[in-house]
Amino acid sequence: MITNTIKSKLTNKKVFPRGVHPHDFKEQTRDRAIEAVPWPKEVVIPFQQHIGAPAQPTVKPRQEVKRGEVIGTAGGFVSAPVHASVDGKTGPLTTVLTPVGTRVSAVPVQTAEISQEQLEQDLKDFLQPQGPVKPADLIEPEAIVKAAAEAGLVGMGGATFPTHVKLKVSPERKIDTVVLNGSECEPYLTADDRLMREASGTVVRGLMLAMRAVGAPRGVIAIEDNKPEAIAAMRQAAAGYPSVEVAVCAAKYPMGGERQLIPAVLNRVIPTGGLPLDVGVVVVNVATSLALAHAVDRSRPAITRVLTLTGAVHRPGNYYVAIGTPLSHVIEHAGGLKDDAAEVILGGPMMGVTMPDLSTPVTKGTSGITVLTRDQVVRRQETACIRCGRCVDHCPLKLMPTKISQAVKHRDLELAKAYDLMACCECGCCSYVCPAGIPVVQYIKSGKAAEMRRRAREKAEAAKKA
Amino acid sequence: MSVDTAKEPQGDVVSSGPGGLEVQPAPHLTDPITTRRLMLDVIIALIPAFLASLVFFQWNSLRVLALCLIGCLATEYLFNRVRNKPNSLSDLSAVVTAIILAFSLPPTLPWFAVLMGAIVAIALGKMFFGGLGQNIFNPAMVGRAFLMVTFASLMTTWVAPAAEPGPPVPTDRVEAVTAATPLAQIKPGDPERPLPETWRLFVGRTAGSLGETSVIALLIGAAYLLIRRTIDWTIPFGMLGAALAFAAIAYLAAPGKFANPMFHLGAGSLVFGAFLIATDLVTSPLSKSGRVVFGAGCGVLTMVIRQFGTYPEGVMFSILMMNALAPLIGRWMRPTPLGGKARG
Repeated sequence: MITNTIKSKLTNKKVFPRGVHPHDFKEQTRDRAIEAVPWPKEVVIPFQQHIGAPAQPTVKPRQEVKRGEVIGTAGGFVSAPVHASVDGKTGPLTTVLTPVGTRVSAVPVQTAEISQEQLEQDLKDFLQPQGPVKPADLIEPEAIVKAAAEAGLVGMGGATFPTHVKLKVSPERKIDTVVLNGSECEPYLTADDRLMREASGTVVRGLMLAMRAVGAPRGVIAIEDNKPEAIAAMRQAAAGYPSVEVAVCAAKYPMGGERQLIPAVLNRVIPTGGLPLDVGVVVVNVATSLALAHAVDRSRPAITRVLTLTGAVHRPGNYYVAIGTPLSHVIEHAGGLKDDAAEVILGGPMMGVTMPDLSTPVTKGTSGITVLTRDQVVRRQETACIRCGRCVDHCPLKLMPTKISQAVKHRDLELAKAYDLMACCECGCCSYVCPAGIPVVQYIKSGKAAEMRRRAREKAEAAKKA
Repeated sequence: MSVDTAKEPQGDVVSSGPGGLEVQPAPHLTDPITTRRLMLDVIIALIPAFLASLVFFQWNSLRVLALCLIGCLATEYLFNRVRNKPNSLSDLSAVVTAIILAFSLPPTLPWFAVLMGAIVAIALGKMFFGGLGQNIFNPAMVGRAFLMVTFASLMTTWVAPAAEPGPPVPTDRVEAVTAATPLAQIKPGDPERPLPETWRLFVGRTAGSLGETSVIALLIGAAYLLIRRTIDWTIPFGMLGAALAFAAIAYLAAPGKFANPMFHLGAGSLVFGAFLIATDLVTSPLSKSGRVVFGAGCGVLTMVIRQFGTYPEGVMFSILMMNALAPLIGRWMRPTPLGGKARG
């Protein structure tokens, strides 16, 4: 790790200490241009695709809907509306399984026909929209926040935090920098890489709008050095903007985590339990930035996204998909799963969630579908911790993962908290390096969930007393 | 559209076999290094020292190592068998303990003593605590400490290494030639004999325990472990650094009374201990800073025992003592989370 740091200093690449270096497997899809997937016969659009309150359905069964029409309104401030992603006719409300294992209500929409030409034109408009736009400085910050809220924008890197909440910064907070997160540190995924190469101008436009919204004079585009074409494309696209710079980061997992990215790029450390706001920074993902440009300039809601479908499929690539498209439809479009496919992951292999049910729809936060083979998913037997300290040496947050996980295992939540249970960002470096095959981060996640339940109980009891 | 395409095969989409798609917690990729691989690395790292011991102590080297392996592996097997626990021999940790113990014994130690040491190492040193990962003390050092107490004279009877290159010396004759270890020679009261030259210490042609004498062979193994990142620099740096600093200060203060630092580095089992014994993962602290302190403690205690203690060598006792302190060091040297302790 010392050698790594020295190397990065010498090459002037941004880096954070600790973390891991998994093979990136990006070669499978990095050179596959974004391709539009035809609409399926039916999309299923969940009313909760974000962190916060679910959207309130506003459609009735068997109602004709137009693409882009609101079908669910925001259920509160920390929430996001949901729009029809296709032209068609709604079916009766149903439920779908979310990656976290809960069921949320959703509406199926029987889709109308769409021609191949229309589809391709739509993709073109998505990547490189034509027509004049107002300079970002002439748009009121409130208007940008409002457009993001109305478009139902959420963090499309996977966190799905409503974008308008992030952009609505209270006046006493001073934000000086917006970091455009193009690190894409998850192995296998290349969707952000492709967007930066094929839609660089629109992505930079989104960054300018985000900077305007939060009043930040400076924009930094952070890209890992394993994406040289994206670095070149973004440098070119940002050339006309003196307030925007490209920061080349070393390829290292989890570079894309806010708590790693901000120290690496700006040398500022987010306090434990705090947010990027606390150090004057807002981080926006590449796909979100693109969607923000569309929301502000063309009032286009979040109804499509680009995702990487990769691994054990016949035609891996980067696909432009309508929200609500079942995973199985995208996989079929890519020639189907290979014979040795064993695990379908929503997202990348480090933090993604396995999905046994392929009728699950693509949502705003689906950055990729990674299919692993039987050989890759051989489960290691959990053996005794040998106290080797590898999890401690690699934890990017400087926690002691084995101590936390053992405390959780022995149901000692107080001890787990004493070892900073709640500070964990769940990146999974600890499980990745554990020679004993202990699912360290899984224990920690269950401990965090138990603590959240305890807090909720405490709150409920306090409310009862009052 | 079928609701559960995973279970109802549908064209090309699902062909993952009757078991369907798997559900597993993230991360879905893992580093290929396993416990077994870490132990195998240590075994590989010990090969050069074993070859050196074959040259210097010949048949005895093989004899002691075989007895240690038999004693350690049989003890671990029996413990698991009696307690209805899964057989754990395949993690190779018992093999590592056996080799480390063998390397720390005098070449001529009788078979019953070797066997007893091996049994005590695994039984008392490891299985009583609950097996791999649970033990506080380095098992091989526990076995050796037991022998040190029960067979004190046998444990301090040393033979001269095989003679200079040339016709091999008959084994029975070698066993007859007793010699003092370089460290014993600097102890007061030992008859005045010339100290071996430094090169001799580093090559390993001196009296001493099986695997400890050849510093060069040990360093080759240590380099392998460092390159493979099976161990890191923390403990060796702390231990050798502290020991050498201590020796240097003593030597500069009273050159006539104390041996020079290079002598201390080459003699005895300081290098063996620093790279291969103290670095035992289970019995050293979890954090990097903790490991540096742990190593430094081993180094200082080793030198204190060497220069002021009754025993000529202090590596074993210093490591055992620091093993006992490791949990405490772990508590003191806890890394602060990035971003500071959580508020409230």
